[in-house]
Amino acid sequence: MNKVLMSGNNIIAEAAIRAGCRFYAGYPITPQNELTEYMAEHMRRADAGVFIQSESEIAAINMIAGASAAGVRVMTSSSSPGISLKQEGISSMAACELPGIIVNIMRGGPGLGNILPAQGDYFQATRGGGHGDYRTIVYGPGTCQELADLTMDAFDLADKYRTPVMILADGMMGQMMEPVIFKKPKPRQYSEKFMLRGAGTGKSKFIRGLLLDPIDSEEHNWKLARKYDVITKNETLHEEHNIEDAQLVIVAYGTAARIAKGAIKRLRDQGMKVGLFRPITLWPFPELKLRALSAKIKNFLVFEMSTGQMLDDVRLALQGYANIEFHGRPGGAVPTPAELANVIARLCDKND
Amino acid sequence: MSKTVFKRPKSLKENIFHYCPGCGHSIVHRLVAEVIDEMDIRGITIGVPPAGCAVLAYNYFDVDMIEAPHGRGPAMATAIKRTLPDRVVFSYQGDGDLAAIGIAESIHAANRGENITVIFINNACYGMTGGQMAPTTMLKQRTTTSPAGRHETLDGYPINVSEIFSQLKGSTYIERCIVNSPAGVNKTKKAIKKAFQCQVDGLGFSMVEILSLCPTNWKMTTIDSCKWMDEVMSKEFPPGVFKDTIATAKKTAEAT
Repeated sequence: MNKVLMSGNNIIAEAAIRAGCRFYAGYPITPQNELTEYMAEHMRRADAGVFIQSESEIAAINMIAGASAAGVRVMTSSSSPGISLKQEGISSMAACELPGIIVNIMRGGPGLGNILPAQGDYFQATRGGGHGDYRTIVYGPGTCQELADLTMDAFDLADKYRTPVMILADGMMGQMMEPVIFKKPKPRQYSEKFMLRGAGTGKSKFIRGLLLDPIDSEEHNWKLARKYDVITKNETLHEEHNIEDAQLVIVAYGTAARIAKGAIKRLRDQGMKVGLFRPITLWPFPELKLRALSAKIKNFLVFEMSTGQMLDDVRLALQGYANIEFHGRPGGAVPTPAELANVIARLCDKND
Repeated sequence: MSKTVFKRPKSLKENIFHYCPGCGHSIVHRLVAEVIDEMDIRGITIGVPPAGCAVLAYNYFDVDMIEAPHGRGPAMATAIKRTLPDRVVFSYQGDGDLAAIGIAESIHAANRGENITVIFINNACYGMTGGQMAPTTMLKQRTTTSPAGRHETLDGYPINVSEIFSQLKGSTYIERCIVNSPAGVNKTKKAIKKAFQCQVDGLGFSMVEILSLCPTNWKMTTIDSCKWMDEVMSKEFPPGVFKDTIATAKKTAEAT
């Protein structure tokens, strides 16, 4: 397969179509418009592809829920304020066990914020976001190649666990161009018994999220919880970079992790032994893998384009076994590798 | 030799309705089920019940169903129909669902000319939550959230959904009916059948608005409710066909 040069937003869209996504609904919002536009152009060329520019984010998420129930692979995308609007439908899809992909190309917040890259939606993405006891699988890709690979994997995982999966990237990832190779998608494995396609001559089915009997509702919640336990056990992904001899490890994901790699190069050139732990799944968080590192590494620095959200997960993972520092820039301000390197150099001086 | 003249429609499950005595939902459920039987479309029909009194409609309709979040039925129905164009897809919505929280989804589905059918129950209040003011509540009507009666300066006016939807170029068939008399019930069934037929023929968006009674929340007897519908409700919401471009849509379809 040839390498192609594409922007992040287009890569996600192309990977989705290649993975068999045949229903996309979305509403324009910067900085993810190229994804919606790519879908508009290419879904009509795909066999039985449906593209709808919906009247709202709320309509879009409920459209993909409907199409998912009807049995096709589905996706919607948006950016932070639009993702807030989608939470009703994400909670509903989790409750009804409907697979689907939600892409959040994060921008500065809170409120309308701005259209610059940020990572302020980590809590919203990893804590469920909407109401009720549910989780959403969240991928935090760090390169354009990962956007391609993880988008395809997201469809498989959504089908496997019958649950919505979120791809959490930011305006930087959405807009930048890198060469990518699209891998061959796996054949879809999803039973027809979960699809609503008319009863034919058989028994009719229904899909619902309302369970008025508290015992039924409790059992449904425990059933979901057991599913989330299996996901937590089996589906965490992370990358370790320059960990072997590291005296300090940066914990960062997505664009922040790319900046961290730049900082690490500078610091290593100056002789400072710094490494990176990069969660790729943000939920489930690679908690045990990070905790294992604390056996030999005692200094961690969480670096985020926010005021500190993943920081909570790092604290929970390290359980006081190591020192945790934090550096962050919220609201669409993107730190440079030099800035981060300076912060870490000062920290290393202090620790010496 | 005895002849069966009345029986349960095949498309209705053998469950007892949870609806209050006198409620119009039971009547309309039966009418929709009868139409599905008569058109022999039970196996290809997918229904989208709303949040509201009819949220448990899947307990009654023996067709595939998916419950929509409040107001989102037409968005779901749009997606199901676009994904499975040869199925018959209907949403069943109340006045809060369609005319308040879901008016965007409803009006845009109509405006896109989605080939779906909307069964719209207008009972001038929020039934399931205990009789609060709806967008279709009459002026001066007392509800739990308009205790002094709906007042236009505070609460605005009752929304005339069929009139609005008939103005959209995307809609094909819009009729308002009333189920407070045997004649009205018969007329309603004809309208529902016409709406489903419009969809089966691929002619676009159809909606039947049904003025329905809610004696419990209106705090009236069923008989008084039926009278009130004639004397008050149908003055604001006159029954009738508001749009019927089925013939022209047919011609266009045949030409293309």
